[in-house]
Parts: sequence; structure tokens; C-alpha cells
Amino acid sequence: MTPIRTPTVAGSLAVALACLGLGTVGSYVAHAQETPASAAPPASVKAVERGDALYGRPEGGAAAKLAPVAGPPLATAPAKLPLDKLKVPEGFHVEVYASGLANAREMTQAPDGTLYVGTRTVGKVYAVLPEAGQDGKRVVKTIASGLHRPNGVAFHDGALYVAELSKIWRYDDIANHLDGAAKPTLVYDDLPKDEAHGWKFIAIGPDNKLYVPIGAPGNILMPPDTHAQIRRIDLDGKNAEVIARGVRNTVGFDWNPKTKQLWFTDNGRDWVSEDIPNDELNVVTEPGKQHFGYPFCHQGTFTDPEYGWGHSCAEFTAPAALLGPHTASLGLRFYTGTQFPDAYRDAIFVARHGSWNRTAKLGGDVVVAKPGSDGKIASVEPFLTGFLQDNKYAGRPVDVLVAKDGSLLVSDDYNGAIYRVSYGK
Amino acid sequence: MRRSSRAIRGLGPILGTVLAGAALAAPDAAMQERLAPCIGCHGAGTSGTEGVPSLGGQLPDYVVTQLFQFREKQREAPPMNDVAAGFSDDDLRAYADAVATLPPPSRSGPAADPALAERAQGLVAKHQCNSCHGSDLAGRDAIPRIRAQREDYLAKALAGYKSNARPGYDPAMNEVAQGLSEGDIADLAAYVSRL
Repeated sequence: MTPIRTPTVAGSLAVALACLGLGTVGSYVAHAQETPASAAPPASVKAVERGDALYGRPEGGAAAKLAPVAGPPLATAPAKLPLDKLKVPEGFHVEVYASGLANAREMTQAPDGTLYVGTRTVGKVYAVLPEAGQDGKRVVKTIASGLHRPNGVAFHDGALYVAELSKIWRYDDIANHLDGAAKPTLVYDDLPKDEAHGWKFIAIGPDNKLYVPIGAPGNILMPPDTHAQIRRIDLDGKNAEVIARGVRNTVGFDWNPKTKQLWFTDNGRDWVSEDIPNDELNVVTEPGKQHFGYPFCHQGTFTDPEYGWGHSCAEFTAPAALLGPHTASLGLRFYTGTQFPDAYRDAIFVARHGSWNRTAKLGGDVVVAKPGSDGKIASVEPFLTGFLQDNKYAGRPVDVLVAKDGSLLVSDDYNGAIYRVSYGK
Repeated sequence: MRRSSRAIRGLGPILGTVLAGAALAAPDAAMQERLAPCIGCHGAGTSGTEGVPSLGGQLPDYVVTQLFQFREKQREAPPMNDVAAGFSDDDLRAYADAVATLPPPSRSGPAADPALAERAQGLVAKHQCNSCHGSDLAGRDAIPRIRAQREDYLAKALAGYKSNARPGYDPAMNEVAQGLSEGDIADLAAYVSRL
């Protein structure tokens, strides 16, 4: 593992790491004198802008090779999907449910079985018809196009809610408007327009309210009051209220079927270290009253090298579980079906898109967080793996969804495909 | 990326002279005919037309993404939106693979003067251009080659990202460009085009 070498934050980082008891602090500062790979900036040049994904990156070295890369705009041909590489626990079976959905992201399913799928980079929303044809393939319709990062979809009472970067729309009676000509109704647009962490996962809770996250507009910064939070609004767009703060960027949440509490993933900051902080699995127990740490405290144990001074992680709500450093833990759903064995009842499936801010990639899988008898997370285990091959992605899971029949659907935005994991038979 | 294993379609005699020595599959007459109008504006690797980018040495994953954005009208750049309007996904791939065989742009003018180079190198470091575009700014995967690109085109692209008139496929460049002044854009375009 290549050590971080940044003279400017090495001191505070060393303190932070020492507090965590991580590694040999000396190795983090020993290389500070090495020449950066790129030309050194003149002294008058300030750091890269904070809205930039690269903000906070140390100078030169191996870190300079790391950058986020968006997936391709075209779906992978069915014969070239990485199905033969995918692994599931014994007794489970994985198959391709649908293909040809370029950049497939969040999923939601209507009672009639139609699956609706959002996208981040191609501006489209798809519908996958429930019945496979004689060739075993399901028809995919493009129900909307030309939208701006329509990542979020939620089906409710016959209508499809679609979240663009800064607008949420409702497509009424969507089942009868799958031809792409539907005229949506604007539900809510009191939202920032920042591109960074601007795309949204949305869902409608057991309280019949629409939950909308607003990410921090950059890697690490002091967010405005309008950002780094989860809001809930009435289905007509009124009565917005903030129910969680200190949330850097959640792209997945669901409600515990027993307690009705909201659980959400949160993506940790970049550029501190290869190995910290972890992405978080969090739970909202007191809506509106909790702060989950960002930008002051990460993973419940680690005060930020810049914003953590003067703070203690004890001031903030600690995560219910850690999901690995830089793993990009996105879609999350409780297992509410009956098809899987009892051990999976009320367990939480999490799609980890996979790291970019790490030399040895981590994630690119679906894990399952199982609760113990006390309701707390007892373990986080691999469930669907094989997307990560030789430190390269053969696919990248974005969302998970418990289908009506109790199987688990998994979206993959690199291949534009949906997989189905089933048990038995 | 997964498309790298695709067989490169042949370009045929029109490009044969400029591509001497390049490993090409058997010429595909249809593709050769299709590419001719591309070369008419963009040149056979090096563009001599103001505002029209050089395509030589560009990576297929980047080209396919741009063609996709033209087809979907996510990126407005006449006449490319009309050109790509009828393309199938396979057309996009075939054009991208063919375009990617054009030789990198060549230029014969003087290098950037030392004062410009110093300013621009500072900007390249500050905005971490190398992180995605590579240490020599020749691109990788879906990230474009920008070295030796036309100066006017580079300036237009950066201004378009800054104003969001050109939304990136991924928002990375829109984010980066928010911090650029008009002078920064001029310096970067002048310097990178002379690499």
C-alpha cells in the first residue's frame, strides 16, 4: 500500500491516525520530500476548488493516478455480460433479469411487476415489462429521456416519481404511459443545482412522505444549511422538513419493516487515506434531531483532519455498521420476502458500487448486513461478488430491490443490466 | 474497458496513406465511405478548421460517449447532432473505433513561451488535470486526449463547461471549470494546444 505523502496535512493526519491506533505514523510522513509527478504549482496558487471531486487530494505520487470514471453510455450486449464471473452463496442462483438499460441505477417495482429504472448519465428512465418473451428476454421501454441525471425513481399509487438533479416529477398512471410521451407534473424543485453529489436516490416512506437527500456539494467542505441532509416532503411537495443532518451523500435508504425507522448508507470522504474512513450504515431514531457527523467526524470514530478540531465524535450519531473504505455503498433494502432462508429475514442488502479513491479496489459487490437478536447489526457478509476482477470492474452494482416474488434484483450501471438472485429450485 | 477488445474496423485506402504502419483489419468499404465526411471537417487526425477539434489519437471510449451525447442531444454541437441522429448503438461503436485509429494531431508551431508555460503548468497542477487526463494529457479510457488539441476548440470547451452550456457526460469538468477565470481558460488552451 502506498503511503500518503502530503506535507501540509501530514501533521494533523498523523495525530488522527495515532488516535485510531492505525499503522506506523512515521511512514505517512517519511516521503514528504519526494518530488511530485506533476509540475509544482507556484506558491500563490491556492488549492483546487472545493466543489471538485479531487479536492483534498495529496500532491503527486500514486494518489495522482486515482480519479472517478463514469460508466459507458451504451449497454453491454447480453452475451458479454459477466454472468459467469458472479458468485452467490450456496443454494442461491444468479441470472440476467434484463439487459439493454444503459447506465441502470435506482429501481422501483409496481404491483403489476413492471420495474422502473433511473439513470445518472444518459438522461433516461426505463420500464422493464414483467413477462419474459419466448427468447427469455424482457422488453425494455424508455419512458422518459432528455432528463438531467434522473437517478431516483419511486412508484406509489399508480404514479412514478422521478428525481432529476434539482427537480422531482410525478408521472401519473404510468402503466398506461410507457411510450415515452407522458407529461409529468412538477412536485418539488426547492433544491440546489450543484452537480457534485447532486443526483438523487428517492423513496416514499411508511409515513406516505417522499424522502429526498441533498448531498454535500463536494468532497470535504463546510456545507451550507441547505446541503448534507435528508429531507422529507408531502407527496404534493409541501411541508419539507430536514430529518437528518451531517449526511455527506446517501444514495440508498429503506425502512426497517418492524421499527419503521429509516436506515441509510452514507459515502465517506475521499483523500484522507487508502483505508479510512469507512462508508457508513446509519439509522434515524429521532427524525430531525440527529447529526451524523459530516464534515466533523467520519465513521463515528475519526475526527476530520481539517474540520474535526474542537469536536469529538461523541457529539454525533455513530453508524450502526461500517461498510468499508471508499466502497461507494449505494442502494440499500431490507429483505422483506419469504423466498430466502430465515437467516435473511429483515437483513439489509447493500449494493457497493466499488471504490475509485483506493489503489486496491474494494467493493463492487452486494453485501448483506444481518441483525442480531438485539436488532443491532451482527455481521456484514459478502452476498453477490465477482464484479471485481484483477483490480478492474466487470460490472458495478448500484441498487438492490426485493422483487414481488422474494428474489433480489441488482442493477449494474457499467453494463446497463439487471440481475436476479433467487433461492432454491 | 470492455470495448477495448473490439476488432478495429478497417478504414481503407482513404486513410491508408496516413495510417501506413498501423495495424488495421481488412478495409471495410462502407465504413470508409462513412468516414470521408468526418475527415472533410476534422482532418485525418489533425483539424485545420477553426472550432472543429482534431480527432487523432482520441480514445474510442471517449468518442463513443461524445457521439452518444450528440445523438441524445445532451451535447449541442451542430452539425454533429444531425449527423448522429440516426446512428444505432452499433454505428456509434463502429465510428468510435474507426476514428480512434487516426494518428495523433501534429503541429509545427513554436512551443509555449516560458511565462505562459509557467502560468499554465501552475493551473494544470492546481486543477489536477493529470489525475484524469494522464501525466502527458493524452487521456485514458473515456477521458479524452487534450494535448495538441486546437487552441480555439480547447477554449470553447472549457468555456462551455464553465457556463454549463456543455454538460459533461459526467459532471467532473463542469465542477472543475467553475474555478477557471477567462484568463485561466486562455492560458490553458494556449499551453495545452502547444504540447
